[in-house]
Amino acid sequence: MDFWKLGFFGFLCAALVLTIGAVELGRNQPTERISGSAGDVLEDNPVGRLKVFVYELPSKYNKKILQKDQRCLNHMFAAEIFMHRFLLSSPVRTLNPEEADWFYTPVYTTCDLTPNGLPLPFKSPRMMRSAIQLISSNWPYWNRTEGADHFFLTPHDFGACFHYQEEKAIERGILTLLQRATLVQTFGQRNHVCLKDGSITIPPYAPPQKIYAHLIPENTPRSIFVYFRGLFYDVGNDPEGGYYARGARAAVWENFKNNPLFDISTDHPTTYYEDMQRAVFCLCPLGWAPWSPRLVEAVVFGCIPVIIADDIVLPFADAIPWEEIGVFVDEEDVPKLDTILTSIPPEVILRKQRLLANPTMKQAMLFPQPAQPGDAFHQVLNGLARKLPHDRSIYLKPGEKVLNWTAGPVGDLKPW
Amino acid sequence: MKLSALQQSYLNRRSNSFRGSAQLDSAADGSVKSPAAVFWLVLHGVCCLISLVLGFRFSRLVFFFIFSTSATNLYTAPFRGGTPEIAAHLDVRSTPVTGTAESVPANTTALMASSTSRVVVGRHGIRIRPWPHPDPVEVMKAHQILERVQREQRALFGVKNPRTVIAVTPTYARTFQKLHLTGVMHSLMLVPYDLVWIVVEAGGVTNETASIISKSGLRTIHVGFRQTMPNSWEGRHKLESRMRLHALGIVREQKMDGIVVFADDSNMHSMELFDEIQNVKWIGAVSVGILLHSTDSSTIIQREGEEEATQIPVQGPACNATNKLVGWHTFNSLRYAERSAVYIDDRAPVLPRKLEWSGFVLNSRLVWKDADDKPEWIKDLDELDRAGEEVESPLSLLKTTSVVEPLGNCGRQVLLWWLRVEARSDSKFPAQWIIDPPLDITVPSKRTPWPDAPPELPSNEKVSVGSQTQDQQINKHSTKTKTPRTRRSRTKRRHDIKVIGVQASTLSVSEQRN
Repeated sequence: MDFWKLGFFGFLCAALVLTIGAVELGRNQPTERISGSAGDVLEDNPVGRLKVFVYELPSKYNKKILQKDQRCLNHMFAAEIFMHRFLLSSPVRTLNPEEADWFYTPVYTTCDLTPNGLPLPFKSPRMMRSAIQLISSNWPYWNRTEGADHFFLTPHDFGACFHYQEEKAIERGILTLLQRATLVQTFGQRNHVCLKDGSITIPPYAPPQKIYAHLIPENTPRSIFVYFRGLFYDVGNDPEGGYYARGARAAVWENFKNNPLFDISTDHPTTYYEDMQRAVFCLCPLGWAPWSPRLVEAVVFGCIPVIIADDIVLPFADAIPWEEIGVFVDEEDVPKLDTILTSIPPEVILRKQRLLANPTMKQAMLFPQPAQPGDAFHQVLNGLARKLPHDRSIYLKPGEKVLNWTAGPVGDLKPW
Repeated sequence: MKLSALQQSYLNRRSNSFRGSAQLDSAADGSVKSPAAVFWLVLHGVCCLISLVLGFRFSRLVFFFIFSTSATNLYTAPFRGGTPEIAAHLDVRSTPVTGTAESVPANTTALMASSTSRVVVGRHGIRIRPWPHPDPVEVMKAHQILERVQREQRALFGVKNPRTVIAVTPTYARTFQKLHLTGVMHSLMLVPYDLVWIVVEAGGVTNETASIISKSGLRTIHVGFRQTMPNSWEGRHKLESRMRLHALGIVREQKMDGIVVFADDSNMHSMELFDEIQNVKWIGAVSVGILLHSTDSSTIIQREGEEEATQIPVQGPACNATNKLVGWHTFNSLRYAERSAVYIDDRAPVLPRKLEWSGFVLNSRLVWKDADDKPEWIKDLDELDRAGEEVESPLSLLKTTSVVEPLGNCGRQVLLWWLRVEARSDSKFPAQWIIDPPLDITVPSKRTPWPDAPPELPSNEKVSVGSQTQDQQINKHSTKTKTPRTRRSRTKRRHDIKVIGVQASTLSVSEQRN
């Protein structure tokens, strides 16, 4: 019995090992094709593999919120709005809910912004709860599975825990009503309360026009070794350091502020994107949450991302072999960062750059309007398609209830 | 903000001590002070003092360590602080001092929920290694990585199949030669392609020129030309043209394959020039910036109005809107016509020819005797030599000028600059710029800044040339470079030199006369 188990496990491992073949010479740079054991997963076309039904919610859940604050279209949580727009006009959309595999609820929970532009999550649980109450009372599909074939976009800091402070988010946990649904979120950390099994991790939104407006000629030599622009100490919220980024960003600063190889500072230069294209390594350390839009920027600009976030789950981790592309550094190894980076053999670095130069890789990180094949929208749909067909057990008997509708903090139960 | 238990206790104690001091104040005539109050007062005073000296954090830290409860999380990862003590405490202190009561259960719930996770929520220390400065070995490795990456980039995005650059430089030995030729040499040394440097020297091969170009590390062909360089610009231009044709003859003879660039020794070339000329097919033209030596404004005839605005000092191809060659930009020399330099050492602007050689690049196959794919619009090189008249520019090699390819974004980029600067014809300079005593008797030149004749010195001394005021500095410099053994004797001599130097000109000239 053990032998078979071992053999099966071994077979699974072998099947799941990603093989990389250096194949095509792109128009500008020889790139390497990223391929999974089942073929080029990134280039899969989801059309025809799944059907999504989009609930028609009253505009107070989506359009009116957006009208109140147009900044929601440009910040890094804008994926929820663009996903809605994409699905409305996508060929995977179906108007017949009986044949739908997945159900989408367009509720913009991350659009209540402070004057500075940061989203406040305090009303989000109530908003979500109200939306779910609406769909469960107007359509029978929620009650059929208690949301197991529904998916929601929760791109906020800690996903469906709906708080920006990690301790409070862990305390709240994922909203009870979403316990069975599939969550599409930017947050991903292994063994964390706010990452549900079966969630799909997406990259944060980065405006593609802005990125393409700052491209420089490819033959500009990469002369910066390590590049980073951003905060090291969050003086407003954590003046002494140690809380913000678990001390990792502060460690980077204290150890490498005198090092000429490390072009790191808190500036906001106008040439930020151009400089990234002139750098070999771009640091992507965690902040208050482990994910960062720098990953998207680094991948698009061909700069090898150096990810300093313990146990992070990166976007589309089942389709993109991040180990081959980026460099992972434990937070406790930050003082040795320069040794780690200089000890990478040049062939490995060149190979990572070739993988990054692959246009499918760059396309998979972006949310262009209108949607293009292989972009992040399609990767989400691919992820959803890979979870099909639904297990029979998700369908509940009529009248059976699994979720506790009154669980959670009292404030959440108030109507929105 | 919720106060922790210890802070509460601290405040209570503070208020106690205040109450104590109030009692003291009321009983000013020495009533019995409670020892506890006194103790707390003293402690408070000491801590205030320490706070003043070391900052608020230290006192808070001390209190915390004294009164810490068991419900604290101390992360025992190895920490190191910087040299200041405060920073050390900043790093070592790893506990939530603003420890709200809720964070404690939050930590424990986090620990319970993420039993297999090694990531813990809460305050962490800032890890700093003992010597947070760059390690030279690492820096070198990083530079090697950068160099490898850039090499790969060049291979991918740069010019495919780069062709050899054949640089042709006519020169002759004179004062400014070292200046000019070093500039060209450094530019050519930076060119990332294969390079052959043909240096044609008027007046025959000399050690001067040979010593300059030998340091380049480039493949050089140094040939002499029988004639000496004449004294007038007119003559010089003519001779240079003939020298360039001679060099083309060498290219033809040796069947060199590449792109011929006319790198005059006083010109300045940009690196983009060498990248751009790789695009030439047969013959190309680039825009040359014309730099005229500055003169008094009185020599420039000021014309009214528009002449000023359109005077762009550039020679090069002119294109129409579809980037086709339609003509040539030349330099408008009329403004300087009255007062242009005739002789090489005139203090007047040196004017360029209509079209300078340096603005053209040729595919070396054009001058070969028998190349299969030579286009029919090229004249044979031998015909030009035999003609005897001056060849003003490579355009004379062509039967039609419409085949010239404009380079550098159709001439919009100026890729090199033309300049002619020379010293007086009678200016002398030490051979190969090494001062080898004893100096010959030199004719004093009125314009050189150093004294007309060197001061009289013992033979094994380095001659100090320099004005009287600079004597000391130069002597100091020369003494520094000598061994300490001779320093004492040197300083003694220095005083002698100073004394002599003051009267150098009159004394030594009079000596020489004798």
